[in-house]
Amino acid sequence: MSTSLEEEELTPQPRGIVEQLVRDDVGRKKFLKAVGTTGAAGFGAFVLAACGSSSKKKTTTTPASPAATPSVPASFGKGDIGILNYALTLEYLEDQFYAKVIAAKLFTGAVGSLVAQFGQAEAEHVAAIHATILKLGGTPAAKPTGKFPITNAAEVARLAYAVENLGASAYLGQAASISSPAVLAAALSIHTVEARHAATLATLVPGGHVTPDGAFAKPADAAAVLAAVKPYIA
Amino acid sequence: MITDRLANPELAEFEVGGVTRASFILRGALAAGAVYGTAAVAPFVSSALGATTDIDILNFALTLEYLETDFYQVKGKTVGLTGLAKHDVTNFGAEEAAHVAALTSAIKAGGGTPVAKPTFSFPVSTASQFLDLAYVVENLGVSAYNGAGPSLKSKALLTAAGSIVQIEARHAAAIGLLIGKSPIPSGAFDQAKTKAEVLKVAGPLIK
Repeated sequence: MSTSLEEEELTPQPRGIVEQLVRDDVGRKKFLKAVGTTGAAGFGAFVLAACGSSSKKKTTTTPASPAATPSVPASFGKGDIGILNYALTLEYLEDQFYAKVIAAKLFTGAVGSLVAQFGQAEAEHVAAIHATILKLGGTPAAKPTGKFPITNAAEVARLAYAVENLGASAYLGQAASISSPAVLAAALSIHTVEARHAATLATLVPGGHVTPDGAFAKPADAAAVLAAVKPYIA
Repeated sequence: MITDRLANPELAEFEVGGVTRASFILRGALAAGAVYGTAAVAPFVSSALGATTDIDILNFALTLEYLETDFYQVKGKTVGLTGLAKHDVTNFGAEEAAHVAALTSAIKAGGGTPVAKPTFSFPVSTASQFLDLAYVVENLGVSAYNGAGPSLKSKALLTAAGSIVQIEARHAAAIGLLIGKSPIPSGAFDQAKTKAEVLKVAGPLIK
């Protein structure tokens, strides 16, 4: 538990709406299981391995080294363009998700305003990544058609929380594979915004945590992320 | 903030100075921002592409983590925090302490010498002032890591730094909500700051 939106000046939301958000950990656990394949190992060992590789010593544990194999499926394209297309696909889904949530008018007041801002941010991510792919000479991935269970505020808040946590872990999972410093800077700049969204949504979800992974956020690889979003693509 | 940056082409040029590829992409991104009528991509820059070693960067990060840990775990106990604020500050302090430990061992493992813990001075005495400064410090941490990230040569360290900065961003958002400030003060794209820009804010807090 952490910051509760309903207690703040920022959110003159009737308490009832937030209290309606019933706890159901199943969805979140499913997500965490899907994305939790990386990073669970002790961070100390991880960092030691990191430094070993930076000082050109051979290490046996290199969880975050750039893999010889592509970090995203070949269908997205090669190198940074492939990673950007993967990110674009996820952002398209987030953008569509928020558009539907906003259209459903499930949230009002300050929470509604925040949800609208988050949706706007995802739309900006889509536009920026799309433009960057074109500038790099790539072909932007086709827009997927999302299908989301927009049922009630409680369900939607929980899904949004899971989606944003997944997005943050997806960006973190790609950082080490990005070649261009500018593309990396862009990805980092988006990565922490997804994290901010997730932390905010945590306050709407019973059992939600500002930092669900503790002091060190876990990365997720493309296979885990794509498996997690598959049910939401028509 | 972002709009200020967009309205200031000189700044944009400065931030991509000397990096042809970055400049190329940034211009495209800025064009996209213009097309979409948003501040979409102003911070699509890497403002810290300097000749800095990974150990230097880790030590800089360690200094900031020492600052955050001391702020939460020492100062935080003196300002009369209650309820959720107290709960968050306790948790966040423990997480910053874990960052200190991880960075210290990383620096040692890389053959470097961790910086000594500085002495800090935080000009706050009430819970409200404390949380306002926490919001500033956490947002500063985000921009510091995001600024330094592209300069890290070790990809493994980059992921490690990413896993820390994501936590700073989460802290910043939660503190923002506590005090009625935006959890996303930079909109869709978090800003990156150079070491000098970070020190301008953090420096006065270090004795």
